[in-house]
Amino acid sequence: MVDNIFTGTAFYKAVGEHKLMGTRCKACGEIHLPPRPICPKCLSGDVAWVEFGGKGKLTAFTVIYIAPTAMIAAGYGRNNPYIAGIVQLEEGPSVSAQILGLDATKPESIAIGAPLTASFVERGEGEAKKTFLAFNA
Amino acid sequence: MTLTNTIRKFGRGVAVVGAGMSKFGAFPGKNSRDLFVEAYQEMLASVDKGFDPRDIEALFIGNYSSDLFENQGHTAPIMADWVGLAPRPAVRIEDACASGGAALRQGLMAVASGLYDIVLVGGIEKMTDLPTERVTDTLATAADMVYEIPAGFTFPGFYAAMATAYMAQYGAPTDVFLQVGYKNHESGALNDKAQFGQRIADIMEARKKSAAKKGQPIPTWANEMEFLHDNRANPMIAWPMRLYDCSPISDGAAAVLLVSEEIANRFTDASLHVIGAGQASDGALHDRATLTAIPSAKKAAQDAYAMAGVKPADIGVVEVHDCFTIAEIVASEDLGFFAPGEGWKAAEDGVTARGGARPINTSGGLKSKGHPVGASGVGQVIEIWKQLRGQAGARQLDGNPSLGLTHNVGGTGQTCVVHIFERR
Repeated sequence: MVDNIFTGTAFYKAVGEHKLMGTRCKACGEIHLPPRPICPKCLSGDVAWVEFGGKGKLTAFTVIYIAPTAMIAAGYGRNNPYIAGIVQLEEGPSVSAQILGLDATKPESIAIGAPLTASFVERGEGEAKKTFLAFNA
Repeated sequence: MTLTNTIRKFGRGVAVVGAGMSKFGAFPGKNSRDLFVEAYQEMLASVDKGFDPRDIEALFIGNYSSDLFENQGHTAPIMADWVGLAPRPAVRIEDACASGGAALRQGLMAVASGLYDIVLVGGIEKMTDLPTERVTDTLATAADMVYEIPAGFTFPGFYAAMATAYMAQYGAPTDVFLQVGYKNHESGALNDKAQFGQRIADIMEARKKSAAKKGQPIPTWANEMEFLHDNRANPMIAWPMRLYDCSPISDGAAAVLLVSEEIANRFTDASLHVIGAGQASDGALHDRATLTAIPSAKKAAQDAYAMAGVKPADIGVVEVHDCFTIAEIVASEDLGFFAPGEGWKAAEDGVTARGGARPINTSGGLKSKGHPVGASGVGQVIEIWKQLRGQAGARQLDGNPSLGLTHNVGGTGQTCVVHIFERR
């Protein structure tokens, strides 16, 4: 039987420990973030965990005013907009994350290519409390 | 990749011989089956030589999420039953906002395979019963709930992020997005099925009248761009996308009748033959090599053009998936009408306006016509049907166009479906 350990649950467990974990394909060397059980480049199922350094750069972003309910619950919305972005890690792959430490009220001043470092934010209350990946300027 | 250059062909030709849609808009008290009946009845009336609806052999219904929007699953058999077509097989096809285009493709393949001669393709969505934040949440489930949505992204947010990448790469100004919305309202005002049957100037006038009636200060916008820059009239949704950059929350349905080519003239002497079809898939937005193009759109278009044996320049009428204004600009490049980075200049110069050299979205597009997500891909075909048959009224294009193209995107391009139609 196959026991796939390269799951979203495992990824977020690592995030909860403030670690950014992806996979490396043992067949072709391709690195994936988030972790993948099957390499999309060579289709090998022979992958291993790899930890990312957490340094990257901003490749796209937005400032969100009309927020989803989860972010409204975290205190965001029309009067407290936040930045969501895509970050390319030094190792190559890119991820989606909330972006902290940049001025959401001055989006024109935010530069594509800005250097960022992985950080970790907690959202939710009680049992629903969970750690999410973010990046800080 | 080993599948890139295969030119695919249908087993036999398929034609569109009827097309209809409900009005798109917000319709309290009407659910998706009520709207489907309206689209179906208009489709029946559109068949030039008439036909017996009992000849329909199967139904393919595009719908994104009746489950979350209406608390109703298993919607396709309800549609079949409500127009009296049970026990014919009815299947719901879901590919987010490309559900309608994907349903069309499934219907085409069912006829092309020889299994059926006559099928009905529908698209339905009832979105306006939920409050905006729950609509936002429901649409968000078309993205990756594990790896994209926890970042705080919304759908306007994803496309806004593509806009920032596009602006950084090509130097496009934010004003060009507003111009796309302005243009699509100009066309939508000529479409009696459109949710916003109003030009931006009409909306400004209505706002002024409303303010005067309420005894409030009357706004003093000098022109449409001043209105579109006004944070109160046109609030930011996800920078740089404002309200008038976003397609609305809509209810609506559309239906088309597909038959095998050899029997098309029993129904009409002006059928649309589906000569090109392509569909492609992709992963999360962040995983793509580019954020300024939609790879699945390029692939679906490439396959459709190859099947049809035509070039972008041959296409006369185009309906693209302008769920957000940036999406129309990116689509105009992905479909090969403009080189990468040139689409925004074409929009700015009016090339894509109804009177321009490459008109896009003469129906008003999703922006003005409305975007009941599962219906949109089928709704696009209704505009191609009207334009290619010379029935588009005040928005009819000159030059008697004979080739039309539809481009229907799901998510941020996790799905794209492209079809090419020829009037014969």
